[in-house]
Amino acid sequence: MSIPAEPAFFSPRRIAAMVLRYWYLLRSSWPRLLELIYWPAVQMLMWGFLQLYIAGNAGFFARAGGTFIGAVLLWDILFRGQLGFSISFLEEMWARNLANLMISPLRPIEFVGALMIMSLIRLAIGMVPVSLLAMAFFGFNLYGLGLALAAFFMNLILTSWAIGIVVSGLVLRNGLGAESLAWTVMFLLLPLTCVYYPVTTLPSWLQYVAWALPPTYVFEGMRELLINHVFRADLMVDALALNAALFVAAVVGFIALLDSARRQGSLLQTGE
Amino acid sequence: MRKGQLCGAVPTPVESAEPAIAVDRLAKTYKSGVAVDGISFALEQGTITGLLGGNGAGKTTTIAMILGLIIPTAGTARVLGAEMPRQRDRVLQRMNFESPYVDMPARLTTRQNLKVFAKLYGVEDAAARIEELAAELDLVELLDRPTGKLSAGQKTRVSLAKALINRPEILLLDEPTASLDPDTADWVRARIARYRGERGATILLASHNMAEVERLCERVIIMKKGRIEDDGTPRALLARYGRRTLEEVFLDVARGRLQSSEAAQ
Repeated sequence: MSIPAEPAFFSPRRIAAMVLRYWYLLRSSWPRLLELIYWPAVQMLMWGFLQLYIAGNAGFFARAGGTFIGAVLLWDILFRGQLGFSISFLEEMWARNLANLMISPLRPIEFVGALMIMSLIRLAIGMVPVSLLAMAFFGFNLYGLGLALAAFFMNLILTSWAIGIVVSGLVLRNGLGAESLAWTVMFLLLPLTCVYYPVTTLPSWLQYVAWALPPTYVFEGMRELLINHVFRADLMVDALALNAALFVAAVVGFIALLDSARRQGSLLQTGE
Repeated sequence: MRKGQLCGAVPTPVESAEPAIAVDRLAKTYKSGVAVDGISFALEQGTITGLLGGNGAGKTTTIAMILGLIIPTAGTARVLGAEMPRQRDRVLQRMNFESPYVDMPARLTTRQNLKVFAKLYGVEDAAARIEELAAELDLVELLDRPTGKLSAGQKTRVSLAKALINRPEILLLDEPTASLDPDTADWVRARIARYRGERGATILLASHNMAEVERLCERVIIMKKGRIEDDGTPRALLARYGRRTLEEVFLDVARGRLQSSEAAQ
């Protein structure tokens, strides 16, 4: 008996199958859909009204219109992008379906591809209505950022996927005991990536850490754009270079954690 | 139904230089101890083999290594000539697995679940295959119901449909009738036997259920503490131990009461 030939390395059909699986799930559960919109909307409204109040009482913030709402919306792209990736993965753990997938022809890279697509779909469901709300309540047009928004979005989503990949690998390796990482790990970046304030606010030693994180460049770039009306392409290129390195490291880490899960026998036991 | 009747439509095994599944000195050690301790066996194509053993005997770990879910500490597991898990991508499309301990997504309907797996396995004309399986496994009424709302017996039939969706040449079953009532369990056994008869598939069946193994399998491998304690046809094992049922043979092996004349020698 000869060893069968290697099938296609990458199959869009298998990725489409996984996207279909998650779409069926979202469609069947209104709380899941509501959750995608609820918190971003609450957060945007809270920061929006706060900005209205401050703008009426301080000259600088009146000039820096939209920085808070812009920061909130961009932060949500980062946070929700990672959550959308990680939750789709966790759905397999909660459903005890992981072994079925791991013994199917689905390859890890295709699995990751499907999770990335689901992250975009979940983000669109949550963020599009919220961005329209920001326009209606505060006159902040996120889409008015134009090409800059595309650069911000690309960098933020790459970071969110890289972190989502690592978190999924850790859950794969350590079971649902590591699930809380999916919900909390991004909050470590909240103070360090200077979402709501300039990097110069940080102690000088911590600024090195901040500049090692790709989202910092995005939030600095957003402030430059909204306050000084300058698009800093250099910041976006630096962020992209860091993101490329981070993404490759995340994929390598995921494959290593998957390999470790196969050694530990944890793919069959997906509980705590 | 008497022993062996389910295997009535057994096709002639395909002549082949290599077995469908070949396990060679396969071992798995965890920090907690040895799960599988250097076992070897080979399964010819078109045969049903029972992997018998108590809790912790190493049956599930053995099956997981054959599926490529677990990397062995030593030895090799080959499926259709491909070493698992290193060459798993070559053969995963031609094999499948069913276990009551692995669920299907509960919120998806039976049809949606089967459609997703049909796409994953690259099944041509998935809709027709789903209808065919629904008719065979009495799932027509359940196709548009969420899988999580089904009874244990119904879920097992859905899992079996998933395991057969790609018409696998190699089918691994881990306690396929656990927690089923006798009638449903009998029904499931009949479907497994019929599939082997029609497809000529190689089936490895891990079970605690001696009657099930006795009825379905033409070969039985008995494991204990990660090792193979005995291996033979049900008839040969009964004769060797001088027992009337495989359950009695199993108890002899489990309690170390070797009555086999060979063992005595």
